[in-house]
Amino acid sequence: MFLFIIFSLIAIVAAAGVILSRRPIYSALFLLVNFATLAALYIMLQAQFLAVVQVIVYGGAIVVLFLFVVMLLGGGELTDIRDARRPGADASRPLSQRLRWPQIAALGLAVLLLAAVGYGLFTGQLNPVQGDAATFGQGSVQAIGSVLYTDYLLPFELASILLLVGMIGAVVLARPAE
Amino acid sequence: MVPTTYYLILSAVLFTLGALGVVLRRNVLIIFMSVEMMLNAVNLTFAALARHFLQLHGQIFVLMAMAVAAAEVAVGLAIVMAVVRHKDSTNIQDMNLLKG
Repeated sequence: MFLFIIFSLIAIVAAAGVILSRRPIYSALFLLVNFATLAALYIMLQAQFLAVVQVIVYGGAIVVLFLFVVMLLGGGELTDIRDARRPGADASRPLSQRLRWPQIAALGLAVLLLAAVGYGLFTGQLNPVQGDAATFGQGSVQAIGSVLYTDYLLPFELASILLLVGMIGAVVLARPAE
Repeated sequence: MVPTTYYLILSAVLFTLGALGVVLRRNVLIIFMSVEMMLNAVNLTFAALARHFLQLHGQIFVLMAMAVAAAEVAVGLAIVMAVVRHKDSTNIQDMNLLKG
């Protein structure tokens, strides 16, 4: 229960950070914290495979794609970075003014997330449980795989076609017009 | 063991925050991120109910939703890039081609 409260607090603060940040790049990084917290919640829900896929697909692929696009487009909000690069413009100000709220919030959330995950691993609360959830297969790779490749074979194949179409569509759309 | 209700409440809060982001923000990229957040909130609901009923179908559905989300982000960001290159702005107010 304690871990759930901590993780949900981090998730809500990170979600608020996504919609309150002035710059898209901070939003993307807060989104990463949100996704990581959801992965921890999946582990608490006995869905270990989903947690790993969440980190790989959302944290590894989708957020990185967002970061690429934010950096390609710039969003027209990069003027502060140019100011910061000017020598002496930033270093003369005290530390409390240099750190704006997204940085402080991100630092706090990161420390909290690491502490909560460490606490969960240390006390064994994030380990797979025994008992009635064992009949559930604990969301393990074996249980998911046996269902995915028997009952859900057709949707699985259709998902691969969907990904192929998505890839082709992205290539066609992102190409500059002749 | 955390009650399933709490997960559903958390999911509802995250979904509401995402919807607020879609409604309130003007930057098209942040709107897109908020949509992703809403999708994640719904995934959390599926996982919580899968544990509640001790059935794996909910988790399979989350996997499918993740595949759809990956394809959607790839195509959506390509569309955003094409539109921003055309309009030279990430403000959603400038994208009013379909306005009657």
